[in-house]
Amino acid sequence: MADLVSHPDEVKVVTRRFGLGATNIDRYLELDGYKAVRKALGMEPDAIVNEVKNSGLRGRGGAGFSTGMKWSFVPKQSAKPKYVLCNGDESEPGTCKDRLIFEHDPHAVIEGVMIGGLAVGAKSGYIYIRGEYRYLSIIMQKAIRDAYAKGFLGKNIFGSGRDFDIYWHGGAGAYEVGEESALMESLEGKRGIPRIRPPFPAVVGLWGGPTVINNAETLASVPHIMLGGAEWYAGLGPPKNGGTRLFCLSGNVAKPGVYELPMGYSLKKMIYDVGGGIPNGRELKAVVPGGSSTPCLTADEIDINMDFDSVAKAGSMLGSGGVVVLDDAQCIVKFALRTMKFYQHESCGWCIPCREGTDWLKKTLTRFHSGGGLKKDIDNMQYLSENMLGRTFCPLGDAAAMPTIAFVKKFRKEFEDHLDGRPCPYEKVGVAEAVLA
Amino acid sequence: MEMVPHYPTKRSALVPTLLYAQDEVGFLSDEVIAELAGRLDLTELEVRNVISYYSMLTTKPRGKFNVQVCTNISCLVRGGEDILNHCAKKLGVGHKGTTPDGLFTLEEVECIGACSWAPAAQVNYDFHENLTAEKMDRVLDEYRKKAREEVRM
Repeated sequence: MADLVSHPDEVKVVTRRFGLGATNIDRYLELDGYKAVRKALGMEPDAIVNEVKNSGLRGRGGAGFSTGMKWSFVPKQSAKPKYVLCNGDESEPGTCKDRLIFEHDPHAVIEGVMIGGLAVGAKSGYIYIRGEYRYLSIIMQKAIRDAYAKGFLGKNIFGSGRDFDIYWHGGAGAYEVGEESALMESLEGKRGIPRIRPPFPAVVGLWGGPTVINNAETLASVPHIMLGGAEWYAGLGPPKNGGTRLFCLSGNVAKPGVYELPMGYSLKKMIYDVGGGIPNGRELKAVVPGGSSTPCLTADEIDINMDFDSVAKAGSMLGSGGVVVLDDAQCIVKFALRTMKFYQHESCGWCIPCREGTDWLKKTLTRFHSGGGLKKDIDNMQYLSENMLGRTFCPLGDAAAMPTIAFVKKFRKEFEDHLDGRPCPYEKVGVAEAVLA
Repeated sequence: MEMVPHYPTKRSALVPTLLYAQDEVGFLSDEVIAELAGRLDLTELEVRNVISYYSMLTTKPRGKFNVQVCTNISCLVRGGEDILNHCAKKLGVGHKGTTPDGLFTLEEVECIGACSWAPAAQVNYDFHENLTAEKMDRVLDEYRKKAREEVRM
């Protein structure tokens, strides 16, 4: 059970019921539970979609696409059943927020899936939770059973004459499955390999049926929008970036934790106020603002607002909300190597630029960090990364290339220092490499 | 197998079922694979093809307790590698190695979603967070104790 933190600047929307025992369905009902879905049952599907559109809610998984827009792409008529899919395969390094949502407020996710179902005309939904989160799967399975027992799920939900089913589904360890089309493959009992698009999942998704797939935090936000109204939710953040965000603050900060802050909150304040600054008398070196796939920002670049558009303008991405802080004792080459080791391990191998690119980059970075670097390696790494961009079925290739390009561009001197002060001027070469070689 | 009716196709239950089977048996043995393939109308090759994709699934026996230490970025900057090295020394095994008594397997893993409570490790499904070398020792001792108590029972 992960510890909860709090800060006066937090705006508790998704985290409102955290720590209040809302996994218990009766307690959840006392805390305005299942009111949003009852309200949605009395609304026209288009009205639900418009409410979500107007709220400015954008996908919390990383891409930041308008949720209402995504829902509106689902065709009204379909010969095949439609589905709502909750992506709880949280595995982006630096991200640990969906875990807290499942742990503290599983019924909010269920409600979000139901409202999504009502909006697009689906009769069933699946909640996919990564295999490592076994205790959360147990919590979610109980929540689903309790909702069935109350008549909130199944036939004739809330006596409305409509049916809706929700099932839990579990993964077994694969970052790639967090990608929407790979997740559908995995749910169909296959290797999690991405599908080519178009057709997009909204038209041809799970078992060929039109499918809405949203991140767990996105879906957990939906009931609050239905109850509080689009205008209220949109007003919490800057234009086109509605609501709040669960920021997972980690790394070299005094008070790491998951904080729910309004969209557009200052990154500088997040690190120095909310996070309590850099401990041990150290200075800030870099920040990874939205999970390991997002290009890092240097200490001079942190005077920005944390919303999708502002971070994009600063040349990075808001991503999944994983804010990883690095102090000046960290070696960027080592950090880049560990990042690439991850992508090399997780590349499914389907697309050659990603499979080969991540492998070459990992090998080059390993050699570079252990003292065998060549000057031309620095440009080669950048060239190789740039040639991976946009050349794969899914964004994993981009996710590996983008941070590497930023590390090389923004910390070129640190790479050059490795040529002069071999093997690594910042630390002794990791013992792990020696032990595990 | 009670999951099968949740899906329009039988094989959809495969991934979570494999993990549950592995938890029961300890690893995905030839017998387990043959059994699941039969029940889900798949060939054994199709099942093996899926197993090889997922990092939690294994066809080789492991120790009773799988010590999975995260060294990904958030853990890395807070000493995740030191925890891994400490475990390696303490247990006398490297990545994916099993202690001679069959109690522990050590594994370096990718992000387990404990970033704000780094460094972290999972032993089987239990999370252990904000680790130090001393805390890790206590964690390992607890599992040793647990194993001894089970033998007595």
